[in-house]
Amino acid sequence: MNCVTCIDYIIIGVMILSAVFAVEWRDLLAAAVGMAAVSLFASILFLILQAPDVAMTEAAIGAALSGAILIFAIKRTQRFETEEEERPGWWIRW
Amino acid sequence: MVSVLKRSLAIITLLIIGYWLAQGLAGVPFGQDKMLVGHYYLDHVKEQTGAVNAVTAIVVNYRGFDTLGEVTVLFIASTGVGALLWERKKRRTAKTEGSIVLTTGTRLLVPFVMLFGAYIFIHGHLTPGGGFPGGATIATAFLLLYMAFTMYEIPHKAFEKTEGLVGMGYVIVGLIGLAIGGYFLFDWIWQTWGWGHDNIGRLFSGGFIPIIYILIGLKVGTELSGIIDNMLKEGVKE
Repeated sequence: MNCVTCIDYIIIGVMILSAVFAVEWRDLLAAAVGMAAVSLFASILFLILQAPDVAMTEAAIGAALSGAILIFAIKRTQRFETEEEERPGWWIRW
Repeated sequence: MVSVLKRSLAIITLLIIGYWLAQGLAGVPFGQDKMLVGHYYLDHVKEQTGAVNAVTAIVVNYRGFDTLGEVTVLFIASTGVGALLWERKKRRTAKTEGSIVLTTGTRLLVPFVMLFGAYIFIHGHLTPGGGFPGGATIATAFLLLYMAFTMYEIPHKAFEKTEGLVGMGYVIVGLIGLAIGGYFLFDWIWQTWGWGHDNIGRLFSGGFIPIIYILIGLKVGTELSGIIDNMLKEGVKE
């Protein structure tokens, strides 16, 4: 069975999963890494879609530089998100 | 209870807007080229600009003024970071050295990362990429140096001077075009002097695209390194 586009769908699935984790994780360091993972998989997807210049920019800026800058910001503030208000159930947040 | 109401209202609004968008986009055939200007660029890019990479030709040559605006936006962002995080005296405050893996890897990789960045922006008119990805890659090399060594700092004086000169250089190239050809960012090297016409596909072709992309690459690299430097250093009290 020829399934080249399966790779696209797997990458998109991993991207959505990392994005959800980046929003949901209370540990901000892990959330920043999740956000960088979204950019990294997006750059692989750009490469598959034959846009190598966009892929390079996405990998350098999205994955490396913005992730590093977020981590610097976390280092200066605090690592864990505080509970400010009571969290509603998952059916409302999603 | 109010918040639940608010949230459900927001979700319903989102669904309605999404439905409208999907309805509007459903009629547009995906992947078909209806654009006339794209065909014009693809047909004329070689004889008009001398670049093999059409994306770069559009970004630097046909829409050079936009690119000048982008460079200005990046400059304003860098200035804003510098102004927000300004302290009278700033110093690196990192205590722990990088691990042996990080320091050794940095020593080995940094020259190659910088070389790759320089390759990307020098060959912008031939291969994918250009000034912005190349400059970001070079900034990544400086980020590696900052992470691995606690005492490392970029050479501030040289970087600031390079940034200013390079930004001026872009405008000067455009003004020379204005003097020779009649409009700002006219490609004088390709259209008036005619350099590199028998050389398409090699390094010395493409008119002023390589020159402008080298300038942009240096500017983006120094600016992003400056942003990293500003974010990493902390103010110390006298």
